[in-house]
Amino acid sequence: MQKLVVIGAGMASGRVLETLFETDPSAYEVTLFNAEPRGNYNRIMLSPVLSGEKSFEEIVTHDDAWYAGNHVTCRFGEKVVSIDRERKIVTGKNGELAYDKLIIATGSSPFIVPVEGRDLPGVIAYRDLDDTNTMIEVSGDREARAIVIGGGLLGLEAAAGLRLRGMEVTVLHLSGHLMERQLDEAAGFLLRKDLEKRGIEVMTKASTQKILGTDKVEGVELADGTVLKADLVVMAVGIRPSVEIAKQAGLAVNRAIAVNAQMQTSDPDIYAVGECVEYNGTLFGLVAPLYEQAKVLAKSLLGENDAFVVKELSTKLKVTGCDLFSAGDFAEGEIREDVVLRDPALGIYKRLVIENDRLIGAVMYGDTSDSNWFFDLIRDKTPIAEMRDTLIFGPAYQGGSPLDPMAAVAALPDDAEICGCNGVCKVKITGAITAKGLTSLDEVRAHTKASSSCGTCTGLVEQLMSLTLGDAFDPNAVKPMCGCTALSHDDVRRLIKAKELKSIPEVQQELQWSTPNGCAKCRPALNYYLVADWPDEYADDYQSRFINERVHANIQKDGTYSVVPRMWGGVTSSKELRAIADVVDKFEIPTVKVTGGQRIDMLGIRKEDLPAVWADLGQAGFVSGQAYAKGLRTVKTCVGTDWCRFGTQDSTGLGIRIEKFMWGSWTPAKLKMAVSGCPRNCAEATCKDIGIICVDSGFDIHFAGAAGLDIKGTEILGHVDTDDEVLEHVVALAQMYREQGHYLERIYKWAKRIGLDEIRRQIMKDHAARRAYYERFVFSQKFAQIDPWSERVSGKDKHEFQPMAELEFAQAAE
Amino acid sequence: MTMIDRPWIGIGRIEDIPQLGARRIEAGYMTIGLFRTAGDEVFAIEDKCPHKGGPLSQGIVHDGCVTCPLHNMVISLTTGETQGPDEGTVRTFRTRIQDGEIQLSGEDLAAAANAVRAA
Ligand code: SRM
Ligand SMILES: Cc1cc2nc3c(=O)[nH]c(=O)nc-3n(C[C@H](O)[C@H](O)[C@H](O)COP(=O)(O)OP(=O)(O)OC[C@H]3O[C@@H](n4cnc5c(N)ncnc54)[C@H](O)[C@@H]3O)c2cc1C
Ligand code: SF4
Ligand code: FES
Repeated sequence: MQKLVVIGAGMASGRVLETLFETDPSAYEVTLFNAEPRGNYNRIMLSPVLSGEKSFEEIVTHDDAWYAGNHVTCRFGEKVVSIDRERKIVTGKNGELAYDKLIIATGSSPFIVPVEGRDLPGVIAYRDLDDTNTMIEVSGDREARAIVIGGGLLGLEAAAGLRLRGMEVTVLHLSGHLMERQLDEAAGFLLRKDLEKRGIEVMTKASTQKILGTDKVEGVELADGTVLKADLVVMAVGIRPSVEIAKQAGLAVNRAIAVNAQMQTSDPDIYAVGECVEYNGTLFGLVAPLYEQAKVLAKSLLGENDAFVVKELSTKLKVTGCDLFSAGDFAEGEIREDVVLRDPALGIYKRLVIENDRLIGAVMYGDTSDSNWFFDLIRDKTPIAEMRDTLIFGPAYQGGSPLDPMAAVAALPDDAEICGCNGVCKVKITGAITAKGLTSLDEVRAHTKASSSCGTCTGLVEQLMSLTLGDAFDPNAVKPMCGCTALSHDDVRRLIKAKELKSIPEVQQELQWSTPNGCAKCRPALNYYLVADWPDEYADDYQSRFINERVHANIQKDGTYSVVPRMWGGVTSSKELRAIADVVDKFEIPTVKVTGGQRIDMLGIRKEDLPAVWADLGQAGFVSGQAYAKGLRTVKTCVGTDWCRFGTQDSTGLGIRIEKFMWGSWTPAKLKMAVSGCPRNCAEATCKDIGIICVDSGFDIHFAGAAGLDIKGTEILGHVDTDDEVLEHVVALAQMYREQGHYLERIYKWAKRIGLDEIRRQIMKDHAARRAYYERFVFSQKFAQIDPWSERVSGKDKHEFQPMAELEFAQAAE
Repeated sequence: MTMIDRPWIGIGRIEDIPQLGARRIEAGYMTIGLFRTAGDEVFAIEDKCPHKGGPLSQGIVHDGCVTCPLHNMVISLTTGETQGPDEGTVRTFRTRIQDGEIQLSGEDLAAAANAVRAA
């Protein structure tokens, strides 16, 4: 077998290897060097990792199993330092290796502005996972400030990610507007406004003079003398092809390594691919052309003939919520005409540049749904005279009456490009769906690569799936509860009632579960549905509860537990605080913290100690705060009329009353409430699952807010006059949610599914329905309001807290 | 190193473990999780997830596997191997039941202890 050595395990060489192994897995014995201590990952998705929207594991392209399965010898973490073309040998840190064919795929390195202080710790570039992790680490510090130098694609993605992590972020940009290479001034302005709305400060015409600091970075000084504080400086000002080893080896190198259309360098046994190459004077910095190069290179290695051609490129910004697209050329020119559409209210801006009856450039901001269509017009140089007047409204307005989006997709020609990153056209997707019988988005991704890189084309791919598969594909199709059944949560809930199923084995039997005892996903869900539907008859299945709910404390990363007692409405007393202090001393509890839910958390308690801790807390009158429960957690309050000069009602008393009424109840997901004494809203009621704002005339009841993974202000349920009415309405709403919610679905998601109006109708208008919900809740509380801690202090589930046996070391090892 | 004379060590009764549940055994040098399935089989594996050391005995037991309580890795009770795309293995210990008494393989315990000592 011929020996193929690859330098650099990045996105380009990864695609070469994939194509090679798909076509002829036995052609080469492959060794892969990578300077980074890991294999190929989807570098362009580092920004979602930075912002926390994805984990690194989710963006790995080739894992260990893939390399092993394809017999690739991996030398990761080893930089290649030289190539000896005479002896056909490369030298890495750990020794030499001979090759028959060699691929250089070293990508590029970030450009560092040559200013004083650039070597200080805390000054980094944005290129790989290590940079990303450094940013995540620094952002963990409270009040840390970041400065991003460079307002291009990369810099803005870094800024948005750091901001989402809670840092104060300033972007310094040399030119007059952001992303000046891709955007015109107007779009640059909209982008700036959007970023400022997210709390990112933008300074244009800002030239960095010096980076300040002694042991680590402390700030940045601009040319005009301005000094900005910084704990982190990210340089995102451009990249330089990594060509040192190619230069040393005497290969032809201009700005990057020169290659021919077969991706061959000046040495016929050495190929190059990716950002480190130059073809016909062009350099590359986006993945689409690299993937084209990779295909050509794989073919060259197998002796097939193909040629790389440079195509028009388009750019999208991957900052969630900032839709931006640009392609082609949009500099102003004498024979060029502009068509511009603005909708300031919606933040939409579109600009087309036309020259000689052809579209040559397009910039879109705010609405990029038709960008692929425009991009095709540019690439294919389609004459546009006939649609000139309506062109800017997009494909839906061409040829008579407006088309719906589906028809617009249907009307796309077969070679229309759908996935820009991977160069996948329409017919390749529809063809694969038909030929291979694909039915899910994941399958389409696996077979065609469409939508598998930056993901902005996912909607289009789904529309193509609907077109090809008809009703057989429904992107919103009800998903089965888990791998053990084909039934959805709704089906299961309905059937539990209809067939009067009253135990988990009964459900699994009657509803034809495909596994003997379910899994960690369906068992807790079934257990909740049964508890909620048959409060008096169903015996809670303890082994189907997640550990926290089984031992009534929160498991911590080291296997210890935390304990959070209830502090009704956030109010406490010297006696309670003293009892907590005594427990902390007695059990040497390492951390005591005030939670975001107005109460006290004791962290790091050994499991064996839990019952004794609870016993002492119980003596002082505490019950479990259920900080672990898919159930009622907290009711935050403010000081209200008791003390506050603005208070309109007794918000503290009302909150305590609600908490005392509702504690112990299980709900589909956790349930958090708050009562504020006036619209100043100090208890933050308008981002809770259920919130109450007291006003002079009574009480506004809010619901369906979110302030965790999603952030969403509440919706108004309605206004009531008395606190008795508040209680009845709130309880009825909670019960409706308990009866209909899917397991782990918070109120705001449930409400979106059911419809706000329907909920308002049942709770505010249909008095009989409200009363019935209320009464069902009251009934179920009879079986729920038992303090789980005192139960366990009196011996319940004793086995949980003690090891079953302790073996002597000597008894085992001799 | 002398061989132990009792090749099987009694550690308790099957009723001590809830069905589809688990208990811990403190062996000094490591904690062992003892699991009972729906079919009353008993398995012993090291109580330490290959991912980040999560206490497996606190997980949910299903179909000859346990799901780690910290980040949901699924581990086979029979082989100690992680299921699906994840990688990693935990040490397993042979068990047998004699008249309702659960016994652990002394040989496996010794091997584990020696491995820990060597490390
Ligand atoms: C202790 C506390 C942080 C603190 O030190 O302040 C906390 C700690 C945890 N939160 Fe929280 N959350 C705490 C208040 C909040 C709040 C603020 C609030 O309640 O006002 C939120 C935002 C509001 C919300 O609930 O959406 C919050 C949103 C989350 C989320 C995201 C939930 C979501 O649906 O978006 C999770 C993850 C989850 O539940 O899946 C989470 C999960 C967790 C877990 C349970 C993580 C876990 O699974 O182990 C943490 C348990 C640590 C422990 O053992 O105590 N925590 N968490 C707070 C306890 C409040 C209490 O007294 O009970
Ligand atoms: C945060 C971020 C966001 C991006 N977003 C997009 C986007 O939305 N769309 C888009 O099209 N593109 C995007 N890009 C650009 C895209 O990631 C690159 O174009 C692409 O990764 C280049 O591929 P490559 O294989 O040439 O180089 P790389 O993926 O950089 O791989 C080169 C590898 O070679 C290694 N190497 C270098 N020298 C040596 C040596 N001497 N010995 C051994 N190994 C060596 C390096 O460590 C590296 O792992 C983004 C880039 C970043 C950093
Ligand atoms: S306490 Fe909440 S915010 Fe803090 S790390 Fe845990 S889950 Fe995340
Ligand atoms: S420690 Fe077990 S899954 Fe993370």
